[in-house]
Amino acid sequence: MTERPAYSPGLAHHFETHAQQHRAATLGIWLFLGSEIMLFGGMFMGYTIYRILYATAFEQIAAHTHFWFGTINTALLLTSSLTMAMAVHHARAQNYQKSGRWLVPTAVLGVAFLALKVVEWYLEYRENLVPILGWNFDAHGVAQGPARLFMGFYFVMTGLHAIHLSIGVCLVVGLMVLLRRDKIARENPSKVEIIGLYWHLVDIIWIFAYPIFYLVSA
Amino acid sequence: MAPTLKNYLQDGSTLRSWFLSTDHKRIAILYLLSITFFFMIGGTVVGLIRLELLSPAGDVVSSDTYNRLFTIHGVIMVWFFLIPSIPVTLGNFLLPLMLGAKDLAFPRLNLLSWYLFIGGGIFTLVAVVVGGVDTGWTFYTPYSSTFANSAVITVAAGVFITGFSTIATSINFIVTTHTMRARGLTWFRLPIFVWSLYATSIIMVLATPVLAITLVLLAVERGLQIGIFDPSLGGDPLLFQHLFWFYSHPAVYIMILPGMGVVTEVIPCFARRPIFGYKPIAYSSIAIAILGFLVWGHHMFVAGESIYAMLMFSFLSYAVAIPSGIKIFNWTVTLYKGRIYMKTPMIYALGFLGLFTIGGLTGLFVAALAVDIHVHDTYFVVAHFHYIMVGGMVSALMGGLHFWWPKMTGRLYPEFLGQVSAWTMFLGFNLTFFPQFLLGYLGMPRRYHTYPAEFQVLNVMSSLGASILAVGYILPFFYLVWSLRWGKKAARNPWRATGLEWEYADSPPIKTNFESPPIVHGPAYDYDPQKEVNFD
Amino acid sequence: MWDFPLFPEQASTAARHVDQVYFALIALSIFFIFSIGGAALYFMTHYHFRRDADRRNVPKSNWKLEVIFIGSAVVVSTFFFFWGAYKYLKISQATDDALELFVLGKQWMWKVQYPEGQREINRLHIPVNQPIMLRLTSQDVIHSFYVPAFRVKQDVVPGRYTTLWFEATKTGTFKLECAEYCGTDHSRMLGEVVVMSAPDFARWLANRPVQSTMVAQGERIFARAGCSGCHTAASAVHAPDLQGLFGRRVALSTGETLVADASYIRDSILLPKKHVVAGYAPIMPSFEGQLSEQEIFALLEFIKFEPALNDAANASPNTEKNDANK
Repeated sequence: MTERPAYSPGLAHHFETHAQQHRAATLGIWLFLGSEIMLFGGMFMGYTIYRILYATAFEQIAAHTHFWFGTINTALLLTSSLTMAMAVHHARAQNYQKSGRWLVPTAVLGVAFLALKVVEWYLEYRENLVPILGWNFDAHGVAQGPARLFMGFYFVMTGLHAIHLSIGVCLVVGLMVLLRRDKIARENPSKVEIIGLYWHLVDIIWIFAYPIFYLVSA
Repeated sequence: MAPTLKNYLQDGSTLRSWFLSTDHKRIAILYLLSITFFFMIGGTVVGLIRLELLSPAGDVVSSDTYNRLFTIHGVIMVWFFLIPSIPVTLGNFLLPLMLGAKDLAFPRLNLLSWYLFIGGGIFTLVAVVVGGVDTGWTFYTPYSSTFANSAVITVAAGVFITGFSTIATSINFIVTTHTMRARGLTWFRLPIFVWSLYATSIIMVLATPVLAITLVLLAVERGLQIGIFDPSLGGDPLLFQHLFWFYSHPAVYIMILPGMGVVTEVIPCFARRPIFGYKPIAYSSIAIAILGFLVWGHHMFVAGESIYAMLMFSFLSYAVAIPSGIKIFNWTVTLYKGRIYMKTPMIYALGFLGLFTIGGLTGLFVAALAVDIHVHDTYFVVAHFHYIMVGGMVSALMGGLHFWWPKMTGRLYPEFLGQVSAWTMFLGFNLTFFPQFLLGYLGMPRRYHTYPAEFQVLNVMSSLGASILAVGYILPFFYLVWSLRWGKKAARNPWRATGLEWEYADSPPIKTNFESPPIVHGPAYDYDPQKEVNFD
Repeated sequence: MWDFPLFPEQASTAARHVDQVYFALIALSIFFIFSIGGAALYFMTHYHFRRDADRRNVPKSNWKLEVIFIGSAVVVSTFFFFWGAYKYLKISQATDDALELFVLGKQWMWKVQYPEGQREINRLHIPVNQPIMLRLTSQDVIHSFYVPAFRVKQDVVPGRYTTLWFEATKTGTFKLECAEYCGTDHSRMLGEVVVMSAPDFARWLANRPVQSTMVAQGERIFARAGCSGCHTAASAVHAPDLQGLFGRRVALSTGETLVADASYIRDSILLPKKHVVAGYAPIMPSFEGQLSEQEIFALLEFIKFEPALNDAANASPNTEKNDANK
């Protein structure tokens, strides 16, 4: 029987080894990501159904999303995934200083994405493309119902995504603080990896959302 | 000699040590108190409902009040009682013990899950106080999104928050089962209760998020009139039904699988022999979890789905009955060549066998397209799901509570009163719900405040049964609490049961469960019916 | 008080079929309950701890037995799936000679319209032994049209048409109930289906005060709402020809084609940009909010039956018209 060390920094009392704790943390985050995929999946399914039912209308109204905002945001988020991956890489090698440094651009890029998103939403508000509360909705000649549906899905999905991204930014900043204060045990890089996985999920959701809202109209 | 360690109940007696405890056993007790509280509210509400239904006219409460009563009965019983019930009480308490672990994989997440549960519950109770919600627990649009004049968003928010509690618990269970099993405890040596919790957790983690997004869309639709479910704005009310039932059908398997797991622990113990067909029973739990995701459209046979969808969902609904059937056969054969002791947990388990069989068989009725057209949205369906949920699931919860009571509290409950309650519950239950099958086929719809006079006699029988059933639930509450102080003290293994929780942990266990990590040498259910047993 | 019914009467062609499946399932259930219950009770007594019994060689598993269990469950399930589906298809089959009525559900009443213009509230008069087709929609929330004695039920959904077929086999008065929770007076949204002999029904129709037939009402609405401004030969606006439209295959601007059924016509009035006919500009305004569901029913009848519009339609094959009746 393996002798459990009496005290081991970063090893919770109910685990026997670091390897076990790390396995548990990793499986846990993957399951959580699975649940997030189901959360967004419901919306993707709903969108797909209406896309099929109202093909023409969706294509036409999709021309009114802001292509450059969406594309630049995609680039920002992809880059942030790269910097996050670098942070995880260094954490695994236990170079926590370097890891922390790579977290900075990750958070900055995330905030930049959110800032652009808010500007984009404001523009859509000015262009009367927000289908809520009986506000004037300018469907630009497209059938009202399907046009409203498209924009409705757009706002709910990008809104939900933005909430998740904001949480991600907070987690990254929190992680930076922990690293600065040397509160991550040498033997336990799990925290960085877990938040890394979460960040990548938020990115992947955007990768699927981007084409269905920005690349639909030829 | 080393001083005896304090058990988990004694280890800290401040409020802080309970409300900030990350010990899975204490959290299980917090949950037990919470779901009991919600069960009482849901049960009191139904008392009012059955009182109203004694007479055809709506003379006890107004229609609006009645509509709020059945809605809150459903919301509380489904989300604040049935779905959490066995997993958060018995599951939380026993899973680490059955695996030979010191705690669940994420103890702090476990505590957070309880606070999320309570938070969601508070939202829902606030909604009740400010006037209630009257959409039915199914929240169908466009009534709930556009027409209802009640606290829909508040209740939706409460259920949404509680959903996170469920997801947290399920992640904890799956990870613990994968990573924290004792040495020698391979998958096919696990108690079936663990398999059933595992299958339940898979459903919880994958289905609950769909409920979350459905409730978000409902709230956005109702609050911001976005038009996703509103036909006059181009939306589709049926989309809500698809989204809602995609979660809510698997949800019913979340509710019943843990009960099946409990029954599979109790029957071998009181028949003193191994479960018949361990692997089929284990696999059938996984099969139910998977197939359960494929049948949601059977709630919409009359809603206007295409004939192809109807045929497919009917077929798959028959398919999902088969793994449940296997369990019933195997439980029955487990009695063969056993040594049967009719203790209280066994009475509940056998009651489950009978009532779940009836409930499951009536599932075959509603899965048949021709019959469902007639009985959909009538009391036939109400009887069907109450046979499974109350006759099955609550019996299993009671059986499990009694079985593991000595382990959890260190006390024995009074056996005679246990048996009286079990029989009272069984009889009261059948009198309450069997007449409802007849009412349904006669054509009494659900959610009816007033009803045609010719349905009165059957309704009176049902209400009478409900009052007997209530006694069957109230009695245990009193004698179980009594036993905490005056019950006979329990030895480590009063039932001479197999399982790490019985063989290696005290009654009640110490905070870290085991003095040293146990090692498993053989299969589960190592009973020998040829040996006589003297229970304490 | 004690002469309460335990079983609903059979008053339609569907009832017999539904009850057959029901009774077969009851027989199956009794069989299973007795065999499982019987086996369990036998084991419980024979192997009770106080009894001496042969408890050696306890079987832990037996794959042959499992296969028999699974096999019989599969056989039973397959049988009842097929039979239930077959019976359902039988009772929901459309017929050419159905008498079509229009039913509008709203909180908390049923409004019925006959083609000849008669109207009723919460009551439906129909002839016996005659297939009836109801075209249903809701003005507000989802309701459900349920006649237990006929064993038929159909949800009534706002924003779309649903249909229900049945044929009554005895005269009498039968309960109509709303079977989908719809608010405060859901349990009071009751009605009656009055089944009469054919001559009695004809007499009832004749005696019922009528302002005008649905076709005539539809014609008036067609003019009043401005439809005739574009959809007649004399109009300067290039709008699709409505002659013989009902049941005809229509080519859309997206390249697909569909059959112009009742739902298509309703959508064209309320959501004109949903399906744009090939070769036409999407300039038709929506009449959402300007026409009630009952007015749309009348327009539908007008477009279907108005002789002047349908002269050319007599050449259309019957099969397409049946497609349109869904």
